[in-house]
Amino acid sequence: MTAKLVLRGVRKRFGSLEVCKGIDLEVAEGEMVWLIGATGSGKSTLLRCMNLLEPIDDGTIWLDGLDISEPGLDPQPVRQKIGIVFQSYNLFPHMTAAENVMLAPRRVRGLSREDLRPKVTQLFTRFGLDDRMEHYPDQLSGGQQQRVAIIRALAMQPQIMLFDEITSALDPELVGEVLDVLRELRRQGMTMVLATHEMGFARELADKVCFLDAGRILEQGPPEVLFAKPREARTKAFLSRVL
Amino acid sequence: MVDTSSQNSTKKPSAEAPTRREVYEAGIRRRANRIALISTVSVALAIVVLVPLAPGWDAVQRAFFNGRVFAATFPGLLDAFLLNVMIFAWSAPLIAVTGLAIALCRDARAPALFPLRLLGTAYTDVFRGLPVVLVIYIIGFGVPGLGLPRPWNSPYIWGTLALVLVYSAYVAEVIRSGIDSIHQSQRSAAASLGLSDRDAMRFVVLPKAIRNVVPANMNLFIALQKDVALLSFIGPVEIFRQAGVYKSLYANFTPYVGAALIFLALTIPATRYADYLMNKQNRART
Repeated sequence: MTAKLVLRGVRKRFGSLEVCKGIDLEVAEGEMVWLIGATGSGKSTLLRCMNLLEPIDDGTIWLDGLDISEPGLDPQPVRQKIGIVFQSYNLFPHMTAAENVMLAPRRVRGLSREDLRPKVTQLFTRFGLDDRMEHYPDQLSGGQQQRVAIIRALAMQPQIMLFDEITSALDPELVGEVLDVLRELRRQGMTMVLATHEMGFARELADKVCFLDAGRILEQGPPEVLFAKPREARTKAFLSRVL
Repeated sequence: MVDTSSQNSTKKPSAEAPTRREVYEAGIRRRANRIALISTVSVALAIVVLVPLAPGWDAVQRAFFNGRVFAATFPGLLDAFLLNVMIFAWSAPLIAVTGLAIALCRDARAPALFPLRLLGTAYTDVFRGLPVVLVIYIIGFGVPGLGLPRPWNSPYIWGTLALVLVYSAYVAEVIRSGIDSIHQSQRSAAASLGLSDRDAMRFVVLPKAIRNVVPANMNLFIALQKDVALLSFIGPVEIFRQAGVYKSLYANFTPYVGAALIFLALTIPATRYADYLMNKQNRART
């Protein structure tokens, strides 16, 4: 497998608080990497750095061998290749689900609604939401909103998808429908990085699990190894609390 | 509208006998209504009985509430009021567009646009800091004083400009507060999809921001409707000026009361409607 996304020595600070303290990570093509760790360990910030929502202070990020962390680089083409889904959905409340999904392809790719309609309908159908296309976000359940947010990111045909605690705001019975979407994406070979608290599903779906602690990746490996035989004491302590 | 009202009515129509709590609350409500009614009637009675006892009441009644003068001048006042409505009708869209443009200038982040931003800030500071009358005087008398040819010395043009300058500064501030009220995560979501800052503003931030500030802007436009009367100082015979003419003609102040009633007939429903929108929005937010 070739490395799709490579991070070397990535540092990010907010004021006096250093959130990422030199992160090294490789994500291979088609790989599903789960970032686990306590709140405040830097998972979300790391994801936001990967698609340049936050500029990094030091280190390098390569996408397909291209340095995307170069200061002054136009972030827009990069963001079109790396989709992100947020914990709080962040749908645009004044647009229907379908309009939410079509906005970026229309404005960025210059496609018309008529061009997009069949493809978008297909996406909604695939995720079981074809009867919700004309609904506004506040008429949808949390799980449905989150699936629309995923469809919105997929409509830009990204090469990598980032998921930032996408199930944390959902009732337990709605988590399943969102995780089904992840299973489906994995089957299709999408490259994905997730920050999550869903340890059970990490075990089932992850190719690689990274344990973040205080801004560093303390330990990483395949889930069956990391969950069963963690090397570090901090990892053990964390896992014993959450499993 | 139907949707929200049905969402808001949490009470289910209960066919069963009222619960203890419902009986208790109904009792409280009846008592509150009774007290409010008694209190209102006593205040109204006091006004009706006491005010006519004042020594100058007869003179005031003759000067301000003269039925004959009222009947004679009211149609003329209504005619004059049409002019107010017209001035309002062409000022309001100009104000909305100018206000939006200034709000966007003040939000401009690109360094090349810094002069615009500075200008926008100066503009809102200056025109919110001046009394409307003063701006109308300075522009309404000052600019035609340049000796401009026929259509360009009209007080309508320069009076309108004065209103647009002052009110667009207020509208700009209201719109800007609306833009600020949109959470940063909305811009992040737009950016993460590859949208430019411009598109994010145009399609994501502004539509929602403008909707949020509709009630606040309505209050401004109600104030504008009243301030149109200030243009009378530089010439146009609108309702306030017309009432002054009638006052001199009949040596009676009743036309002013008539004008006041006409203003209220328009502004009270508009104010109520703005309040209604504001309440609806507050309810939607909670």
